[in-house]
Amino acid sequence: MEVQKTALYNYHKTLGAKFVPFAGYEMPIQYKEGIVKEHISTRSHAGFFDVSHMGQFFLEGDNTLVEALEKIIPADLKNLKINHSKYSFLLNKEGGIIDDLIITRTEKGFCIILNAACKENDIKQISRFLTNNHKHLLNNNLSLIALQGPKSVEILEKLIPGVTNLKFMTGNNFDYEGEKLYITRSGYTGEDGFEISISNKKVEKLIDYLISNKVKPIGLGARDTLRLEAGLCLYGHDLNEKINPVEANLKWAIAKKRKEVGGFNGWEKIKDLLANGSEKIRVGIKPDGKVIARENTKIFSSDNNEIGFVTSGTFGPSVNAPVAMGYVKSEFSEIGTFIQLEVRGKKYGGKISELPFYKKSYVK
Amino acid sequence: MSEKKFSKKHEWVSLDGDVATVGITKHATEMLGDIVFVEVPDAGKAVEKEGQAAVVESTKAASDVYSPISGEITEGNKSIADDPGSVNTDPEGASWFFKLKIKDKGEYDSLMSKDEYDKFCKENPS
Repeated sequence: MEVQKTALYNYHKTLGAKFVPFAGYEMPIQYKEGIVKEHISTRSHAGFFDVSHMGQFFLEGDNTLVEALEKIIPADLKNLKINHSKYSFLLNKEGGIIDDLIITRTEKGFCIILNAACKENDIKQISRFLTNNHKHLLNNNLSLIALQGPKSVEILEKLIPGVTNLKFMTGNNFDYEGEKLYITRSGYTGEDGFEISISNKKVEKLIDYLISNKVKPIGLGARDTLRLEAGLCLYGHDLNEKINPVEANLKWAIAKKRKEVGGFNGWEKIKDLLANGSEKIRVGIKPDGKVIARENTKIFSSDNNEIGFVTSGTFGPSVNAPVAMGYVKSEFSEIGTFIQLEVRGKKYGGKISELPFYKKSYVK
Repeated sequence: MSEKKFSKKHEWVSLDGDVATVGITKHATEMLGDIVFVEVPDAGKAVEKEGQAAVVESTKAASDVYSPISGEITEGNKSIADDPGSVNTDPEGASWFFKLKIKDKGEYDSLMSKDEYDKFCKENPS
């Protein structure tokens, strides 16, 4: 498959981006200043992220569309108000997570933001439940820009009046340069911010404005350290098709009503897990000292029994310490439990930690 | 102190009598990015030429640091283990990794000069 590029590829180059292949795209891993500075400037001012590789999947249809989607997505879509968003997932028949996503109700149906690496399969899986009454489109003419950080609102408001009124996990249409933009107050960094869906033709102009307001470009490297500090999962690492939402400690994302009534893929399995708990569960981990426990690091109990593995681990620049997430046997999941992490053949101490590592500041 | 010599794995070595000082090059730190963890060897450890001797981790990944020269470690630089970020600021000076007592000066002589190393980096961008 040919390597794909986002509409901002050449712009990234002029900003000094270092590229890596990611989910079939050439994406910036970092820019000139490096991951730590990008991370800190997002938390202290604002940063923008080109996340146009993610799928912007639009669905239209009558009432049967809600029923169709609810078979694979365990959110309460029936009661989701127009312009409101939910974090949810696509589930397989065993209750495993095919992808995690943000779904927003639009006037004509729904918009789902899908992970780049999963989007083609996601659409295949969703399409199984759709009929001729439902239209769908993966819109590749749109870019997606995440603007994140405490100054985001002030900066975007000057350009697009009214965005201040958006509450976290809601969106709306706004006018910009003679076209309609769809903006949601959301993101994946633990900071206040927005995701802006904008045509490929206008996106450079938006970025010009952001840069003139000292918003730094942020690559995938800092996106990873930011989301991990915020305790958020990365699909393909912390989540996959063999992990279900109960194990992933994401049962909060299954709507209360859906937990009671079910009617979605994997419900039997998930019902059982909700009642009886799962054998393993996702936890936050803080290694002692400076050692970094990366993905696949084995986790041992204090009496040297293997109890789990790390799925994401890095140095958290705002926490100023290493942070990690992983799966452990449920009996070892209590906050403060002493564990050992095997790094390069040597065991280092650590503790099960609360998530997030870094406190959020969403506008509710 | 002798002139610095360089390895293909981006370490530098300087020699003072039979004690060599080893660190990673500025070019290496630029490729690695922000350094957040360093592990240096303890005194007394024997290392082989091109054998693993230390560890350096950036926000992106962990990498081994090899010794370009064989010998016995006399000192690991604890100050860079305490402040890994200092490797980014002064990689070819105060932020050396370890010192070792060498056995064979021939190994040092066979390493690249500064000019040869610069040329090597240009021809092998990564």
